[in-house]
Amino acid sequence: MKIDIGHVAKLANLKLTSSEEKTYEKQLGEVLNYVSKLNELNTDKVETISNITGMVNVSRGDEAKPSLSQEDALKNAPKVHNGFFEVDAIFGENGPE
Amino acid sequence: MKYEPVIGLEIHIELSSKSKMFCSCSADYFGADPNTHTCPVCLGLPGALPVANTIVIESAQKLGLAIHGENLLSSKFDRKNYFYPDLAKGFQISQYQEPFSLGGWIEIEVESPADAGALAGRQSRKIEVTRAHLEEDTGKVAHATINGRKVSLIDFNRSGVPLLEIVSEPVMHSSEEAKAYAQKLQQIVRYIGISACDMEKGSMRIEPNVSLRKVSNVSKVSKGSNVGELPAYKVELKNINSFRFAQKAIEYEILRQTEILEKGETPALETRGWDEVKNRTFSQRSKEMAHDYRYFPEPDLPPYLFTEDYIAKLKSQMPELPNEKFKRFKDQYQLSKYDCLLLTSDLDLAEFFESTVKAYEKGEPKRIANWIIGELLRRLNETQTRLADLNLLPASLAELLLLTDEGKITTVSAKEIFEKMITSNKNIQELIKEMGAETISADKLAEAIDLAVKLNPDAVAQYKAGKEQVFGFLVGQVQRQTQGKADPKAVADLLKQKLK
Amino acid sequence: MKSKGNICARFRRMKNPNLSDLTIKEVGELIAGKQIKATDLAKAYLDRAEKLNRKLNAYITICGEMALAQAEKVDDLMADNQKLSPLAGIPFGLKDNFLTNGIRTTAASKVLEDYIPVYDATTVSRLKDANAVFIGKTNHDAWAHGASGENSDFGNTLNPYDTGRVPGGSSSGSAAALAADMCIAATGTDTGGSIRQPSGFCNLVGLKPTYGRVSRYGIIAMASSLDTVGHLTKTVYDSALILNTTAGLDEMDATTSPEALVDYTDGIESGVRGLKIGLPKEYFAGLNPDIKKVIMDATKKLESLGAQIVDISLPHTEYGVATYYIIQPSEVSSNLARYDGIRFGNPRTAFGSEAKRRIILGTFTLSSGYYDAYYLKAMKVRRLIREDFIKSFTKVDCLLAPVSPTLPFKIGEKVNDPLQMYLADAYTVNINLAGVPSLVIPAGFIDGLPVGMQIIGPDFTEKQLYQVGYAYEQETQLYKERPKL
Repeated sequence: MKIDIGHVAKLANLKLTSSEEKTYEKQLGEVLNYVSKLNELNTDKVETISNITGMVNVSRGDEAKPSLSQEDALKNAPKVHNGFFEVDAIFGENGPE
Repeated sequence: MKYEPVIGLEIHIELSSKSKMFCSCSADYFGADPNTHTCPVCLGLPGALPVANTIVIESAQKLGLAIHGENLLSSKFDRKNYFYPDLAKGFQISQYQEPFSLGGWIEIEVESPADAGALAGRQSRKIEVTRAHLEEDTGKVAHATINGRKVSLIDFNRSGVPLLEIVSEPVMHSSEEAKAYAQKLQQIVRYIGISACDMEKGSMRIEPNVSLRKVSNVSKVSKGSNVGELPAYKVELKNINSFRFAQKAIEYEILRQTEILEKGETPALETRGWDEVKNRTFSQRSKEMAHDYRYFPEPDLPPYLFTEDYIAKLKSQMPELPNEKFKRFKDQYQLSKYDCLLLTSDLDLAEFFESTVKAYEKGEPKRIANWIIGELLRRLNETQTRLADLNLLPASLAELLLLTDEGKITTVSAKEIFEKMITSNKNIQELIKEMGAETISADKLAEAIDLAVKLNPDAVAQYKAGKEQVFGFLVGQVQRQTQGKADPKAVADLLKQKLK
Repeated sequence: MKSKGNICARFRRMKNPNLSDLTIKEVGELIAGKQIKATDLAKAYLDRAEKLNRKLNAYITICGEMALAQAEKVDDLMADNQKLSPLAGIPFGLKDNFLTNGIRTTAASKVLEDYIPVYDATTVSRLKDANAVFIGKTNHDAWAHGASGENSDFGNTLNPYDTGRVPGGSSSGSAAALAADMCIAATGTDTGGSIRQPSGFCNLVGLKPTYGRVSRYGIIAMASSLDTVGHLTKTVYDSALILNTTAGLDEMDATTSPEALVDYTDGIESGVRGLKIGLPKEYFAGLNPDIKKVIMDATKKLESLGAQIVDISLPHTEYGVATYYIIQPSEVSSNLARYDGIRFGNPRTAFGSEAKRRIILGTFTLSSGYYDAYYLKAMKVRRLIREDFIKSFTKVDCLLAPVSPTLPFKIGEKVNDPLQMYLADAYTVNINLAGVPSLVIPAGFIDGLPVGMQIIGPDFTEKQLYQVGYAYEQETQLYKERPKL
């Protein structure tokens, strides 16, 4: 099983060196080979499992509670400006959506 | 070569709720200082977990019922994974395979194009809806330059605010249809009270998808929803914040794409923004259109199972919807189509109308409709207020009409009083006193008439001799005596009697 | 049991207190009886922690100030004759993926090297409310990815029973700190064995509770549908005491169960008479013969105490590792997406190689064209694995199985072959996939190295697991075998 590591790394927002790419390609190829063992099982009539203990319908009432202070919200940020999180300029509108 | 537009609308509605979709931060973030409406959950801090807001789920299901969708009895949230600085967790909690509502339709009315032949005139059409699903909103990115450096500034106040996304089938064929669909959806959403649904304030966002396909038979305009063969491309339009701009942007795109197709080329599959200053669409920095969002069921949120009974109960709590109310008003009150459209445009207004009719025991729906359309709706539009924001009671309008009937105030005064009721929230009696609008008593009127007759013997003689037009002068004299506090009809009647 | 007088004398001397006999139960009684002060206890443990940490590297952060403040509060409350929780004054190590407000929390990764949380995990709050004392944040495999303690960005942790060997992982620091008496209790997380395996490697009791029994809010997520929040102790009773505090519904975690709470210590001495204990044959076929012997001896002991041993089959056992290593990295890849260096933390370039490996693997298994073959398929097999357990519980009350295919291995022995590492999880991952609870207790020793065994039960039957564990523990008293440090 050969993975296009470059493409996957891009999807995962990770920068890999070409040496890392080679290593991961090999290691992950082995893992994927191993996990494809699941194909031995016929699961056509099996439903996937969602919550493992069978819980359903969890929700909370619509009640507003205090938020973090602006100070706490920004506390660990590397760069802030006037109450905003600051990053280098992003191009393109509103992301992939 | 004639081309038929193939248009679909993706509409996002910001739902009304006190708290956000997956956390208890206040959802009322408009105008707040940046990053003051956040918590570990909507800020995507390590260790934070989502918990869904019940009201928001109910809102989605109500919308599903209102558009005749199939309310799924089994539903869940999914993660939509992608990276963008305004997406705190690096994934958006949305719905992929089991949204709260599938399918459905919205009925609209548009003028058929001039060349429609037998189908000309206003036609109603059911526009099919693909699905309606819930998702959380992202933060907001603003661009700035600080010390010569270009930066992006992010505010997460909006992150986690609940959105309902309604996707139509690509079955609209004109900008008018698209606008009508959007407006009808807005009306429905406001009727069921799940959102303010205001384009200008961002609680309603429209993203049209526009493409063109060849029309095989030009004289036939598809009335039904014939999806047929879809073009190989589509253009998504963004940055539209009014119905007018939506229409303009779609029309611009139709022209732009027609030009490209007529050259024998295919328009690019892309996202374009609407430039309201230059009145054109422009290509947004190109991104790959096919994103791999790696959807998988949200493991932090157990799935939902609903019973038929629960859905039936929700349905029983729904108000009568706009199109149904319109039809019933026409039948029940025998009002014109135009009147019915206006009266049912807003649920509060429609209810005000019906309550007034009930309170004013003599009925007279047409008269009341005139008052509401001519006086109330006009005033509301002029002052950009909503009926819900006033303390106006239907019983008050009914009372006003009764007082007019009884001659206690003139119709003119009544209109002034009504206007003041709308703007000042004072009650009728207060206003009558304030404005001195009370018409004079029968005794005082009789006195005034006697006096006017006494003071104008020549005019009286002329009238008795047959000069009808002097009557008006005499009425005027009576009005002077009463300082306009007499009901003109009452004056005329009594004066006529006196002069017999 | 040493008399209480001796312990007090030791504390009064304070020069070189031997803390190795102390359990939560005993200390609780001493504090309640006003025979020792929480501050003296805290100082003794802080002292020992500082000293031994240089060698064992069990703690990433030692919280001297906080621990003393917490201990002082306990002494004040005691002076005021308040009735306190059994955990009051107890020195705890908290795994460094537990968020602690105002105290650095790193997930043992350079990405969060300087991260100071602005809120407490629910479990941390509950321990704080019980007036526990936090000695420090324990080291672990970064992001809980690992089974040896060698994947930490803050250096390896050593096994107190043999410092040339690993203490197991991912809760490596918690196990080492506890085994070396640098605390009396330690918290952990178990996603694929991360509490159980290190407990087995360090002669400790480790609980992996039922999924949803203990809140995950404020615990740095690894794989959301598999993560459980548990703890390590020296004795079974101590473990039950902690679960009494941490278990229960949390409105901040939608996956916590409304299942009723019980007093887990109640009836803990009930014994195993009449209980049916199943031995899943798939866990014993091919098992290292020395380890097998220890565990079979343990089952004989349980039989002698009145349990009935039954042969059981869990037919899908062999698919556990494959299923786990699809589902877990998939969820990991998504859960680690928030670490983008914008709102907090260092950029993604600071991720270690194991984290990157799992993110890449998980991104792939979720990706377009592969989702059905991998993630979806795994979620179906997961149902089959859970059903195996549920079926077995119609025949037996609980199961007994080994924890690890090997003894604690030498440091460096396994780091270069990820697949080999993953395969070593064979005995633990199926339990996480099934969601059921498992309690690891010491089973015996081989050449001075600890061997653990796990007792597995149906959902929410931790109470019964404690009964079985307690019976064996009291019979063998293996917790008294302390490491020679």
